[in-house]
Amino acid sequence: MSSTNVDDLQSVVRGGPARGGAGDRVFRGLATGAGVVILATLAGVALFLIVRAWPAITASAEDLPGGENLLAYIWPLTFGTIIAATIAIVIAVPLSVAVALFISHIAPRRIAQPMSYLIDLLAAIPSVIYGLWGIAVLGPASVGLLRWLEDNLGWLPFFEGPASATGRTMLVVAAVLAVMILPIITAVTRSVFEQTPRRLQEGALALGATRWEMIRLTVLPFGKSAIISASMLGLGRALGETMAVAIVLSVSGAITFDLIGSGNPSTIAANIALDFPESSGLAVNALIASGLVLFAVTLVVNMAARTVINRQMRI
Amino acid sequence: MTAPAHTPVQAKSITATDLDLYYGSFLAVKGVNITIEPNKVTALIGSSGCGKSTFLRSLNRMHELVPGAYADGEVLLDDVDIYAADADPVQVRRQIGMVFQAPNPFPTMSIYDNVAAGLKLNSRKIKKSDLDAIVERALRGANLWDEVKDRLGKPGMGLSGGQQQRLCIARATAVEPDVLLMDEPASALDPISTLAIEDLITELKKEYTIVIVTHNMQQASRASDNTAFFNIEGTGKPGRLVEVDTTEKIFSNPTHKETEDYVSGRFG
Ligand SMILES: Nc1ncnc2c1ncn2[C@@H]1O[C@H](COP(=O)(O)OP(=O)(O)OP(=O)(O)O)[C@@H](O)[C@H]1O
Ligand SMILES: [Mg+2]
Repeated sequence: MSSTNVDDLQSVVRGGPARGGAGDRVFRGLATGAGVVILATLAGVALFLIVRAWPAITASAEDLPGGENLLAYIWPLTFGTIIAATIAIVIAVPLSVAVALFISHIAPRRIAQPMSYLIDLLAAIPSVIYGLWGIAVLGPASVGLLRWLEDNLGWLPFFEGPASATGRTMLVVAAVLAVMILPIITAVTRSVFEQTPRRLQEGALALGATRWEMIRLTVLPFGKSAIISASMLGLGRALGETMAVAIVLSVSGAITFDLIGSGNPSTIAANIALDFPESSGLAVNALIASGLVLFAVTLVVNMAARTVINRQMRI
Repeated sequence: MTAPAHTPVQAKSITATDLDLYYGSFLAVKGVNITIEPNKVTALIGSSGCGKSTFLRSLNRMHELVPGAYADGEVLLDDVDIYAADADPVQVRRQIGMVFQAPNPFPTMSIYDNVAAGLKLNSRKIKKSDLDAIVERALRGANLWDEVKDRLGKPGMGLSGGQQQRLCIARATAVEPDVLLMDEPASALDPISTLAIEDLITELKKEYTIVIVTHNMQQASRASDNTAFFNIEGTGKPGRLVEVDTTEKIFSNPTHKETEDYVSGRFG
């Protein structure tokens, strides 16, 4: 008797007959289907990349563009991709976290609201526009700074120089990328900072913490895994960004840590966009092989992020 | 490692004069005049919504953390006005500590770091050995030392609710405030832990002035020296302090009829 009552209750709660209702089955089917489609797409993309890259992987060096082996072709691009994305993250994460904290905990609501709208708007700007802005505005504007870096910090390999006269350098590209990924990192971290339990924040303030100390004691630890996952999202985006890099960066293919010179390695994505239209035969396969590397790097970054976040959760 | 023994310390008194407390335009508590004696436990009692928490939080300027909330009137700590124009709320809270209804240890920190958290604030530099001694003293003072001394490095969240609350008391006392405010500190705890907290409160008044909000009449009569009764005429009306006197007097022979009705369980 009582067990049927429980079943009745569940059916009411779930809005349909208990277990195996038509609505339930449809929903489960759709959800499972969506999951399978995503996995299949991922596998399909990987398969496509591997199959089309294969001819380039097996080809002999002299048949490939540039007459070098495949690794020598892809490595500078990978290097450039990682450098650009890393510098972008180094610039964007502290900035985004600061902006997120400003919106969530420091600015009066009257300023915080419009500010977060503005930041969200940044995400809506097409990357071509960012590229144009980088080459036409930020690049030329940064020439003075690049020179200053060369003169004063030239002993660091990053600022060895000679400083570019156009500003089409790795540092400027990274800055453009940083602005592009700032909205996503800010939005994710802000929404988590805002969820910091009030009782923790009050606990810190009641101890005599200043606002910044309260943030350090409660908000940042609470938002730590969000900062990490948001950074990884941003990194993923920076690794794959194409147009802005293709427009701004002046490329020589050199492998260098110098961020302010005019001879830079290109990135995988930008190189594909620039070269694909004029490529044929094995050159296309080589480009696809570089795409395969980008795919793998992105996958590794995301998996690393997952691991870090899971480890955070367990503590 | 030896901790200094507990010696009676002259704590400070609190005097509120014509204190009105607002949430935006809503007057929540009106016209409180009260002197809270040093080294005594003062219990705040009264029905729900009459403004006990609001008043308590105004005593260390936590009230104003609610957007739009403000206080009008004077609150003296001994003879210093904590609402003076040049008073710094951070310094006020350093001198007047607070324990909350639900235990709120910092979840990412160890037991040790929780107790030491307040000591590391305001860029104070303390030698590790001194820090160890203060942490031990605070944990002993909170009757928690024996239970945690072998796992100081473990997360504070791993303790039971009652232990967590005593950890929060240790955290509040480690910075050596003059006054401790407690808002229903035992209401989330079982009877045994509640008694442990009450014993602790009796112990702590040697060093601190204590103000405690409680809905538990036995607790008020067991643990407090003085009792302040708050009441409210109806919803939307401000709460007010009806009377404050020795706990004995309030529970046996209060001046006001409404106090008698409340403590004897006849209200409404
Ligand atoms: N954050 C707030 N914003 C607006 N009004 C509030 C806020 N907190 C409390 N109030 C109002 O102030 C009045 C007093 O509330 P308070 O929490 O001080 O009562 P209390 O005596 O502590 O009640 P309880 O015994 O239930 O804890 C109530 O009318 C309440 O609705
Ligand atoms: Mg309350």
